[in-house]
Amino acid sequence: MRKNGLFSLLYHAVFIGFIVAPLVVVMLVSFTSKGFISMPFTEGFSLRWFRAILDSTEIIRAFWFSLWLGLASASIAILLAVPGALALTRYKFPGRGVLMGFFMSPLMIPHVVLGVAFLRFFTTINVTGSFVWLAATHVIVIIPYALRLVLSSATGLDRDAERAALSLGASRFTAFRRVVLPLILPGVAGGWMLAFIQSFDELTMTVFVATPGTTTLPVAMYNQIAQTIDPLVAAVATVLIVGTLAVMLIMDRLVGLDRVLIGKN
Amino acid sequence: MADATVAMPAAGAAAPRRKSSEGAGAAPWLLASPALLLFIGLLLVPLLLTVLLSFHAFDGARGVLPDTTWRNYVEVFSDGYYHEIFLRTGGLALGVTLLCIVFGVPETLILARMKSPWRALFLIVILGPLLISVVVRTLGWAILFGNNGLINSSLMSLGITSEPVRLMFSMTGVAIALTHVLIPFMVISVWANLQKLDPQVENAGLSLGASPLKVFWRVMLPQLLPGILSGGIIVFALSASAFATPALLGGRKLKVVATAAYDEFLNTLNWPLGATIAMLLLLANVVIILGANRWVERRFSQVFDA
Repeated sequence: MRKNGLFSLLYHAVFIGFIVAPLVVVMLVSFTSKGFISMPFTEGFSLRWFRAILDSTEIIRAFWFSLWLGLASASIAILLAVPGALALTRYKFPGRGVLMGFFMSPLMIPHVVLGVAFLRFFTTINVTGSFVWLAATHVIVIIPYALRLVLSSATGLDRDAERAALSLGASRFTAFRRVVLPLILPGVAGGWMLAFIQSFDELTMTVFVATPGTTTLPVAMYNQIAQTIDPLVAAVATVLIVGTLAVMLIMDRLVGLDRVLIGKN
Repeated sequence: MADATVAMPAAGAAAPRRKSSEGAGAAPWLLASPALLLFIGLLLVPLLLTVLLSFHAFDGARGVLPDTTWRNYVEVFSDGYYHEIFLRTGGLALGVTLLCIVFGVPETLILARMKSPWRALFLIVILGPLLISVVVRTLGWAILFGNNGLINSSLMSLGITSEPVRLMFSMTGVAIALTHVLIPFMVISVWANLQKLDPQVENAGLSLGASPLKVFWRVMLPQLLPGILSGGIIVFALSASAFATPALLGGRKLKVVATAAYDEFLNTLNWPLGATIAMLLLLANVVIILGANRWVERRFSQVFDA
């Protein structure tokens, strides 16, 4: 392939600038020393808004809620995705394509529709405000991501070591635990982390089913921004950006970020 | 039943392998059953309930009435208010899709020509924001827009405009922000397509005397069409059903389908009407994605058979 000329590189620079501009702006604003949205260049940088996060009980509560919700949802999603992935890759059976499509279908359904449907369902069986049911809806939304990553590890897996273990007398479960699981662990760990991120970030569907007692951080931020934009919410956003970067670093070590973001080539 | 036998490889011969369909039977269904049960109970059932809900009636005083009527669908299809919303959403989705194609495709090509580590680095920079909540990204645009926001102050101090350009609470602003949110999907799709192409074809065109522009237009672009179209379908579907960005940057007056459904459900409390809008959005989504994908696959089957 030919090299990039000057014009291409300039275009690329502008494109990258476009991509990072909103994120950079959010981070800059969070360091302002003033009481309103402004850049910290003239008056100087300040950490007052990060300290203000610690004083904001709502934000703190929403943060912990999102954290526990993400941990629970991602773990349940992985527990369901691993046997599901094994079923899909190891067996040829009628209905396999349909099953796979079914599990991936949440990707095709607008989150608004999911939010409406879940809210209707919750009120019908009277479980609005329940953490467990909210987690279950998150599981539905994030399972495609977990499944995709576990599948990428499980597909084409060499079964010889597993067969050797079975022929030496290991039970199926032991063979799975001691042989298969370590082999698919990168996909499982990466799938868990991606699922966690998707749950933590989820907004549109959660907006419908959240209640004052079950408010996630994105929902709290959305409600705040809808009223007024202040540096406090920018500071929270900065924390989220940095946190996501950290998780991305770990994911890169475990699975390789390109596999997570694009899929196996 | 234990797998008791493993064929021992004879010297120099390939080991005969067991067939991968290990007496399928109940095993795969047992493995998949927990997930399957969850999906049936918590995905199919709620969607069915919502379909039923869209056929109920609603009275401002008495709330949801369990009659069965087509009235909601008639209202959505006949009332000009909803026509405007659907047109606005369709126009937004089309505009965002075009912007993503026009600006995303060249960038992907430029990326493909980079050497590592730059290529991997910039790919992560472009795709990474997908892992950051849409609220954060939209907040950034809300700060950038606004009459005293960064964009307007820069434009005015540079002398390009004398008055602030209206970006906040305008469809232009929503389109720009949505393009930012969705362009990674276009890059992913075109990138995946690029990986399947033979790089030598481009060189062949050049060595046969074609100018670089001609090579791009007649050789590269046709080969990239499946990826561009697939990416376009994803971007169109996602922008048509977008909620947070139009809600925060468009304001209360510029409703799109998703915010209209939210309005009916949580403000007006007309649940049947909200359910109707949601069902129509779902139908449109499924039809667009499945239909367009099938068309792309059929039209470009040679690329996918590679």
